Amino acid sequence: MKLTGAQALIKSLEMEGVEVMFGLPGGAILPVYDPLIDSSIRHILVRHEQGAGHMAEGYAHATGRPGVAMVTSGPAATNIVTPIADAYMDSIPLVVITGQVPYAVIGTDAFQECDTVGITMPITKHNWLVTDAQDIPRIIREAFHVATTGRPGPVLVDFPKDIANQMMEWEWPEGVDLPGYKPNLKGHPKQIKDAAKLIGESHRPVIYAGGGILKARAAEALRELAEATGIPVVTTLMARGAFPDSHELALGMPGMHGNYTAITAMQKSDLLIALGARFDDRVTGKVDSFAPDAKIIHVDVDPAELGKVRRPDVPIVGDCKNVIERITVAVKADQAKHEWPDLSDWRATVKGWQVEHPLFYDQPEGGPLKPQFVIEKLRELAPDDTILASGVGQHQMWASQHWRFEHPYTWVNSGGLGTMGFSVPAAIGAKVGCPEKTVWAVDGDGCFQMTAQELVTAAAEKIPVKIAILNNAYLGMVRQWQELFYEERYSEVYLSPDLPDYVMWAEAMGCAGFRVETPEDVIPTIEKANAINDRPVVIDFRTDYREKVYPMVPAGASNSDVIIGPEADTRGGR
Amino acid sequence: MTIDHHILSVLVENKFGVLTRVSSLFSRRGYNIYSLAVSPTEDDRYSRMTIVVDGDADLVEQITKQLNKLIPVIKISELADSDAVERELMLVTIKGGADTRSQVTELASIFEAKILDVGFEAVTLMVAGQPDKLDAMTDLLKPFGIVEMQRTGRIALPKLSRQSSKLRVVRNQTA
Ligand SMILES: Cc1ncc(C[n+]2csc(CCOP(=O)(O)OP(=O)(O)O)c2C)c(N)n1
Ligand SMILES: [Mg+2]
Repeated sequence: MKLTGAQALIKSLEMEGVEVMFGLPGGAILPVYDPLIDSSIRHILVRHEQGAGHMAEGYAHATGRPGVAMVTSGPAATNIVTPIADAYMDSIPLVVITGQVPYAVIGTDAFQECDTVGITMPITKHNWLVTDAQDIPRIIREAFHVATTGRPGPVLVDFPKDIANQMMEWEWPEGVDLPGYKPNLKGHPKQIKDAAKLIGESHRPVIYAGGGILKARAAEALRELAEATGIPVVTTLMARGAFPDSHELALGMPGMHGNYTAITAMQKSDLLIALGARFDDRVTGKVDSFAPDAKIIHVDVDPAELGKVRRPDVPIVGDCKNVIERITVAVKADQAKHEWPDLSDWRATVKGWQVEHPLFYDQPEGGPLKPQFVIEKLRELAPDDTILASGVGQHQMWASQHWRFEHPYTWVNSGGLGTMGFSVPAAIGAKVGCPEKTVWAVDGDGCFQMTAQELVTAAAEKIPVKIAILNNAYLGMVRQWQELFYEERYSEVYLSPDLPDYVMWAEAMGCAGFRVETPEDVIPTIEKANAINDRPVVIDFRTDYREKVYPMVPAGASNSDVIIGPEADTRGGR
Repeated sequence: MTIDHHILSVLVENKFGVLTRVSSLFSRRGYNIYSLAVSPTEDDRYSRMTIVVDGDADLVEQITKQLNKLIPVIKISELADSDAVERELMLVTIKGGADTRSQVTELASIFEAKILDVGFEAVTLMVAGQPDKLDAMTDLLKPFGIVEMQRTGRIALPKLSRQSSKLRVVRNQTA
């Protein structure tokens, strides 16, 4: 069968099972948008290419399937660079297709030419420039394979316009043949034994669960390991939802804005079982003084993570699900053979910290409205499996802290890159992937202004997401740092509570808009928003601008010096 | 030669852009390349890069692991200094009219260098050898005045007699 390159591309995407893609056409990608009309693939027309990328990410976060975005060359390709970098940092499987000027004129500074492959090389797992239409099916197969296997990540296929028009003979390859790419998923049996042994010798162990648990679909395996051993579990910002917050072994989020117990349990542990986590600086604080007495078991599918920050005593390269299941089997075998340490003292110590230093805030009856209160009420009024997306800033930390996560794949956020503007498009992508679930986004007023226009996309495509803006009139997280570390010298952080008017803006974009200024209005307005299912909803919550995120480990400080509350001298730790 | 030099012999797919991927990885992660040479291999699907990097064992392990993540990288071997035969080629143009020429040619013959070109005011030499031999020769030529110099960077292969026992294949962690 003879096809044009463009037809072959669309057919290849169909063969990969793509049901939806996010994009915006233009000159160089025009030929591909024609066969799209006859395709089964749903295309969602975004208002800015950054939106397409974040939507594809949100879709991938929520479904585990690769997100697909397609845009044209030059400025469109550069517009989607931010989401690609974001997906790279958070290991999100993404397949991005960019139009390119005709192969024949590459290098001549043709109209809308840019070196997309060069620009995205350091932020993709791999990228391809198609130079012959005959290669299209092979390259698309390879692209999906690389994006979704091993440590997932974004890939990019750059597609010159003349290649789209070139004829090719259609043939779908049997498999992929990449001699330089063979992820090791199995985990070495000896290391798995050693891990079980180390667990059996520890008295203050902590499971340090990272985003890799979700990528490997290992939440169930994690729970079994925790229950078989009675070891408490911290879930990093990327792993929220991987272990139910209501579980008695759940300690919640560690790190810079983690809770006291999660931070301190790691700090005092004698064994850290790091599963799909990468010892990020936001988790470890000052590396030299991080969990100083702990031995380390480190499981990751990416060998380069083992020993990158902290040298493990037992390194295990492999898929988290497979390895955790086998560690559990090995532990159970050991438990049957010899006496197992009794962890009840350790768990009691940890419980004691939880009782002594819970997360706290105070909502005065008449206001001002506290952001944490809003998040708690959103949670209480939402179905149990609601997906929560967030932007980047104070609101993100409050969302991660105060939302009760019970299920995997219910938390969509930008962790590694910290991309403001992530939440609105990511929520839309998540809703497209999981239309039966409620999707809320908790956004900042600053973040919202970066990508709000995608609500036009959501209204047009009837994607009823719900956005809660925690409008503190500031770039709040930056304000917090200026308050605490720059002697309250506020530099370029004020935004204004009512410029823009978020309710009018929401309505202009085809959404329902509400405003909440007092604590009494919170519940009734959320109920109104929850009742709307035919279009997006935006609630402008006017929150107290003075509220800060606590606990806090200042950048570069030791996790033993966590500041637990607003009085700067209430320091915990040793 | 300092102990901090590590020689990585990297087998890569012989494809467009592979060198860019490797060098982009080095600059992105802040690794320093001391020298780099690329050459075709006996199999035209592959090329071999000989990369000399400075750093301690931990850093070299990270570099190796990160390199392994590049799709076109097939295999990486670290060649220990004592277990590799290495060579480097240098071209150097030295000032030297009729009066000093004989001294230059004498040096050249000690180092088994070849005279490639002779002008009224200068002479160009070619010399191949162990990198430290080229360093020594450079030092001795400096007093004459070096006009221009180029070195290829070292290329290396494992010594035959010890190939199986000492060649450390670093790839096995992912393969
Ligand atoms: C694209 C981008 N620009 C700048 C920053 C730096 N930054 C981090 S948080 C923040 C403030 C976010 O403000 P807002 O959305 O209002 O959230 P808040 O902290 O007030 O809850 C800024 C500017 C960033 N993370 N991303
Ligand atoms: Mg704000």
